[in-house]
Amino acid sequence: MKHSTFFWFVLPSAFLMLLFIALPVASVVTQSLYTAHEQVLVTVENCGPFGCKPVTSIDQEATQALNADKPLGKWAGLDIYKDRNHLAFSEVASAWVNVDGLPDFGKTLLNLPFYKAMAFTLTYTFVVTPLTIIFGFFIAVAVNSVAKALKGPTIFLTLLPFIVTPLVGSLILFWMVDARGILGTGLQWLTNNPDLSVKASTPLMWIMLMVYGIWHAAPFAFVVFYAGLQTVNSESLEAAMIDGANRWERIRYVVIPHLFPLVTFVALIQLMDNFRVFEPIVSFSAQAHATSLSYAIFNDLGGETRLLSSAAATSVLTIIGIAILLSPVLIRTYRDFSKPS
Amino acid sequence: MNVFKIATLGTATAVLMGTTAMADGHACAITEGRVNIVGNEFPAIQSVAAAALACASGIDAEANLTADHQKINLAGMSGNPAEYTSAIVANSSIVALINEDVVRPLDDLVAMYGADIPSHQLITIDGQVMAVAFMANAQHLIYRSDVLAQVGMDAPTSYEGVLEAAEVIRAAGIMDNPVGGAYAAGWNLAEEFVNMYLGTGGDFFEAGTANVSINNEDGVEALEMMKALTAYMNPDYLTHDSNATSAEWEAGNVALMNLWGSRSGVLMDDEGSEMVVYSNTVAGGPLTVGDSGNAASTLWWDGWTVAKNISDADAEATFQAMAYATSPALLNEETMSQAVWLMNGFEAQPVNEGVLATVAAGASPYPMLPFMGLLHTAAGDNIADFLQGNESAEQALADIEAAYTAAATEQGFLQ
Repeated sequence: MKHSTFFWFVLPSAFLMLLFIALPVASVVTQSLYTAHEQVLVTVENCGPFGCKPVTSIDQEATQALNADKPLGKWAGLDIYKDRNHLAFSEVASAWVNVDGLPDFGKTLLNLPFYKAMAFTLTYTFVVTPLTIIFGFFIAVAVNSVAKALKGPTIFLTLLPFIVTPLVGSLILFWMVDARGILGTGLQWLTNNPDLSVKASTPLMWIMLMVYGIWHAAPFAFVVFYAGLQTVNSESLEAAMIDGANRWERIRYVVIPHLFPLVTFVALIQLMDNFRVFEPIVSFSAQAHATSLSYAIFNDLGGETRLLSSAAATSVLTIIGIAILLSPVLIRTYRDFSKPS
Repeated sequence: MNVFKIATLGTATAVLMGTTAMADGHACAITEGRVNIVGNEFPAIQSVAAAALACASGIDAEANLTADHQKINLAGMSGNPAEYTSAIVANSSIVALINEDVVRPLDDLVAMYGADIPSHQLITIDGQVMAVAFMANAQHLIYRSDVLAQVGMDAPTSYEGVLEAAEVIRAAGIMDNPVGGAYAAGWNLAEEFVNMYLGTGGDFFEAGTANVSINNEDGVEALEMMKALTAYMNPDYLTHDSNATSAEWEAGNVALMNLWGSRSGVLMDDEGSEMVVYSNTVAGGPLTVGDSGNAASTLWWDGWTVAKNISDADAEATFQAMAYATSPALLNEETMSQAVWLMNGFEAQPVNEGVLATVAAGASPYPMLPFMGLLHTAAGDNIADFLQGNESAEQALADIEAAYTAAATEQGFLQ
């Protein structure tokens, strides 16, 4: 292809990527390096239905002058990244020196919001992603062997968890596992423990969030693998059968190698999705037990005072986290493609 | 006979026209400008917004009432011209709007169109009117008179009394978890802490500064009392917001709780619960904690503001519509019990008694400080660990202080 043809061919998508991906990321990175100006505080008399009281307030004129002078705010460099609500460098360093033993250090670490969020996010990602792929694969194999007349409805029903909006799906499960819900009561009956409450226990809440994550994402893996199964060469399968391979051996030595590139694809998408886990935490009101980086961003922006720089820093940390998670898969894909064939 | 019919019809027509004339008679002759209201969603605010829209029916007028109003009001008022011409706020949420300078002083509009507004409704900051309050709200005890009568106890006036009554009710086998409360991690839990801490007599900040100081005896006392109460609550209390707490009450599972006055009307009406529950639901006064004698509750007002970045015509239209909607004209049989209205002509209903008792007990207003929201968020994120027994009260308080300090430094309140 001529260079000029290639240039005009990619120009629209390059422009759109610049506009909708690169620029917002650059804006978030910039925001995370600045903080609000030093607030000029004054004491004023404040009156209302409950009487008058002197209170501290912001001097609007002085603050406006500062803002007009430097609209971006005060240059902070990496201060936001280093503060206690993010990477907490000084807290971690002092904990390392002061605590006795590794368990105590871990406990101190998990008391810091960023590391607490990371603990759940990483556990969630590394439990949900492989289980999604495994369940998705077995559902695909099972559906593939259903009688032809039943295939359509079976596929539709199997896809349902993926179609249901995450917020709604998790709310439904939230009420089902309530101590008076059908699943909650069922668990109490199974364990013979009338006081068992999923919502009150951190380990059970983590398990429930992960079960929800798998339930929601497995249909995605299923539909990808199911499409892949349609392209398995039937001659190879027949040859394997003639060689005396049983069903499991055919899956193990013919189907799985054929689907392996799809596993990489599903793993990439799922790693990204699961690292950004958010909706179930909100729907399950699980913030007392589990938080994630996305939840921290939501929390920063949802309070009465919006913490824009803090949310921006957490967003950048999320991007870095996803980049680290994806790097092994990406490097592998790159190697596969650059192999001389 | 015909004459009688005509006379009746005539009278009816005259009455109807008279009513219309009265509605038009107030300052509702708005001919130009635009009104767009953003606010929280509960019956009293719905009534106010409906009245404002009716008043501004001749011009472009709309309202967006949602529980997520705080997430959109600042963004919707920051543009020029602002999308929302008025935000209905409370004494905590007005601070964010004032901090960002998106609401205008109302003195000139009060002089032109608001001569009837009594001075106790005007919220003035540094001598400038910034909002007009229309209702008061507070959390207070709500109890089941039949359950207390069954165990032969009076309504408690302190949290110690609540614990005592809860133990007796549980021991008598009437209810497993007789205490309720909006203890959902986040804003609700922090609000309970703010109430309890003020009840112990503590101050949140070193006077005149943004330096937080809650890691003290008062803070520990407040947290210990909250933890003692949770022993008598449904084990899922960390997921119960005001809605879920009300549902627990209506299901008849709870006999004592501290909840918003603005929600007591829903608990006392005959919808959603059995007669034994709603007919025995009584609004008590505020509770105290320890021996300080302070009410462990905060006073709140709800009021309206006018956006800064809008034309004078829009501001005048908005002011007139909102002033009409929060004037005595709003009060009728249906709206009277929806809130503790601050307008002249309000007659207290039984559901309002709790809020009025809280005002009478001299509870503090929720602190209107520019950095209070940051402390509230920090508290909401860090108390659950203590209540679940993962850490000590001192550690939880230290965590709140550290989280607040990092956020306040970022916002420029601390250096």
